Amino acid sequence: MSGDGSPGPVDGSDEMLAGLTDAVPSAEADRSVGDDVIRVPAPDLARLAQAARAAGFEMCADITVVDYLRVRRVRFEVVVNLLSLQHNRRLRILVPVTEDDPEVPSLVPVYPGANFLEREAYDMFGIRFTGHPDLTRILMPDDWMGHPLRRDFDVGAVPVQFKASPRVS
Amino acid sequence: MARLTAPPQFLTTTLGKAMRWSQQQSMWPATFGLACCAIEMMATGTAHNDLARFGMEVFRASPRQADLMVVAGRVSQKMAPVLRQVYDQMADPKWVISMGACASTGGMFNNYALVQGVDQIVPVDVYVPGCPPGPQSLMHGILTLQDKVMSGELAR
Amino acid sequence: MAEPTSTTDIWVSGTEAPEVSEWMVAGTDEGAQEMERHETTERSVEQRGSRVVDDWVVDDTIDDDERMIVNMGPQHPSTHGVLRLNIELEGEIVRRVKPIIGYLHTGMEKTAETLTFLQGGTNVTRMDYLAPLHNELCYSLAVERLLGVEIPPRAQAIRILMTELNRVSSHLVATATNGMDIGALSMMMYGFRERELILEFFEKTTGLRMNHNYIRPGGLAADLPDGWEEDVAEILVRIPRAIQDYEDLLKENPIWMGRTQGIGIITADECLAYGVTGPTLRAAGVPWDLRKAQPYSGIEAYDFEVVTGSRGDVYDRYRVRIGEIHQSLRIVEQVADAMPRGDYKTGDRKVSPPPRQRIDESMEALIHHFKIYTEGFKVPAGETYAAIEAPRGELGCYLVSDGSGAPLRMHTRAPSFSNLQALPIMMADSLVADTVACIASLDPVMGDVDR
Repeated sequence: MSGDGSPGPVDGSDEMLAGLTDAVPSAEADRSVGDDVIRVPAPDLARLAQAARAAGFEMCADITVVDYLRVRRVRFEVVVNLLSLQHNRRLRILVPVTEDDPEVPSLVPVYPGANFLEREAYDMFGIRFTGHPDLTRILMPDDWMGHPLRRDFDVGAVPVQFKASPRVS
Repeated sequence: MARLTAPPQFLTTTLGKAMRWSQQQSMWPATFGLACCAIEMMATGTAHNDLARFGMEVFRASPRQADLMVVAGRVSQKMAPVLRQVYDQMADPKWVISMGACASTGGMFNNYALVQGVDQIVPVDVYVPGCPPGPQSLMHGILTLQDKVMSGELAR
Repeated sequence: MAEPTSTTDIWVSGTEAPEVSEWMVAGTDEGAQEMERHETTERSVEQRGSRVVDDWVVDDTIDDDERMIVNMGPQHPSTHGVLRLNIELEGEIVRRVKPIIGYLHTGMEKTAETLTFLQGGTNVTRMDYLAPLHNELCYSLAVERLLGVEIPPRAQAIRILMTELNRVSSHLVATATNGMDIGALSMMMYGFRERELILEFFEKTTGLRMNHNYIRPGGLAADLPDGWEEDVAEILVRIPRAIQDYEDLLKENPIWMGRTQGIGIITADECLAYGVTGPTLRAAGVPWDLRKAQPYSGIEAYDFEVVTGSRGDVYDRYRVRIGEIHQSLRIVEQVADAMPRGDYKTGDRKVSPPPRQRIDESMEALIHHFKIYTEGFKVPAGETYAAIEAPRGELGCYLVSDGSGAPLRMHTRAPSFSNLQALPIMMADSLVADTVACIASLDPVMGDVDR
């Protein structure tokens, strides 16, 4: 994460990542544009997060979802960005989630700060976080239908007079 | 003779004109800041630009005490009912300025989340263009509104 | 005159007013997002802010009749935009707090998917409208990481110059509104007065006072204007003098200290657990600043300190912000002294258009220019996360490209969004009069929260 486009800080050895993949055997470590990435199946997410918390990742910086509709076979991917202040490094956990069963264990018991982030992911993508204390909509009105950031949800644009924007469906 | 040269103690006008004049000269805006434009509205009200010169620096926190609603910023679907309720709570006569591109037309955010133009919910008297409009633009909008009130076009 | 409407029984002026339909009245109720009188244990733990440190002091035996849920916002003068809070009061004491957000949800992440990478800057700059340049920088860094382009030193230096000036202007507004909310109205006037100085420089450089779209993937939109040295020099003289005025006004003011010291305390552990970053985290005593820890755009070349507090209260947050203004001005001074010469955008022709002169000479260059601004450039497939230290904390941009000209997904890690979760911790068990002090010291920008 240093400079414009150069790879992020690496601790030298990747003992920490190896420790995490040992603790959760289904997880596999990877690199993506200079960042550390761990892919893990949905049921093991909470266990991996616990191990990461114990390994020194104190903060859950971000949780979001990517909708790979018509790009990948498994439609959604939950993205968890962890941050370790003491080791000064980041870790990204990628969790593939199917469209039929969009369920992921909640991280609120491990990282309380995941509360709003998971509510946003639920509101925007309809991913259910099991064990979340208060899984309600957060950005949209309570009676809103659908999950706006899914790629099959219309942008909802009204036609404008001066320009027919080709990308707006 | 001395009596005739003394300054007159009265002046004549029409009731309507006197009413319009008083409406125009003490228009109190409600603080209805939503987004970026709200910061420019605050900048208009504070020292450097000094909205007090036009008799409208008294931003009222309560809609019950306000005559003018400056819709400063983008209005989301979730905010729309609130905006309407605040408008309904304002006492007559009341005016609305739609400040900025987002409030007027939805601006660059032509999507599911925004009301595409606040005039779908409340009647708008003056539209101020810009993204965000600078303090000068907002002042021009306000002065335009005052002119229109005085000329009777928007008198209520 | 119109008939009184049946639903509200209030006179609606003129016939041009649309009728009050049912959704307008019913729609102001947010159902499950609001605080309930009797919550489940899990939900009430969040609302009391006692998940990390259980500092709940009063027993639960108090009768329901003595508790009252008060609604604050979304239209309220001291909630910094359209934040809405449900507060449960017991007399004068705040017991539970629940922030309700989304009143400024603009669908920017959806809009970003319809814009090309070059157009994306216009979108993200409107998120945190007090720090637009930081948003642009963060987004540009993410795009550049995927592209793998090198940014010339002058562009990097100008980026640092502009973002640090932006940090000063943002902290000025934070201090000004913090003052106004507690009753120091002169602070409001002063803060906005000095901010104009910086905004005028921004207007001269970028063409706009806010929402600049100045920092773009591949470099900048334009070079600094002629005579920028004098403008920056004037800022460097006048702002510290003005800050001294604020210090005289507030630093040892007994009313100010009484209203801010020991108010809205949040500990370092709670900050880390809830993802709270920025001045709030530093005021709690954690010297965490991404400019030092994970430097970007060559900021490691400049000399500055990370300002920290110790008690994590409103007063310490105010002190940290004032300290950061001084440090940012230090950086600005160093950048201005050692401004490198050279180009203000990358020479990579895939990303940046040919120079103006070439367009006059060559048809290919004209076509190239046209294509970059209409179709945009293609970004290699991949996903990345770039983060910078915005005035409110860690601002991150998670970007996924599928190899086309527009992002597959653009997500912003908004600092205010995570920081807002700290409100119940700060406010629970304190007096209702301290509510506004807590909100103001957190400095949330609702455009950043709701996006």
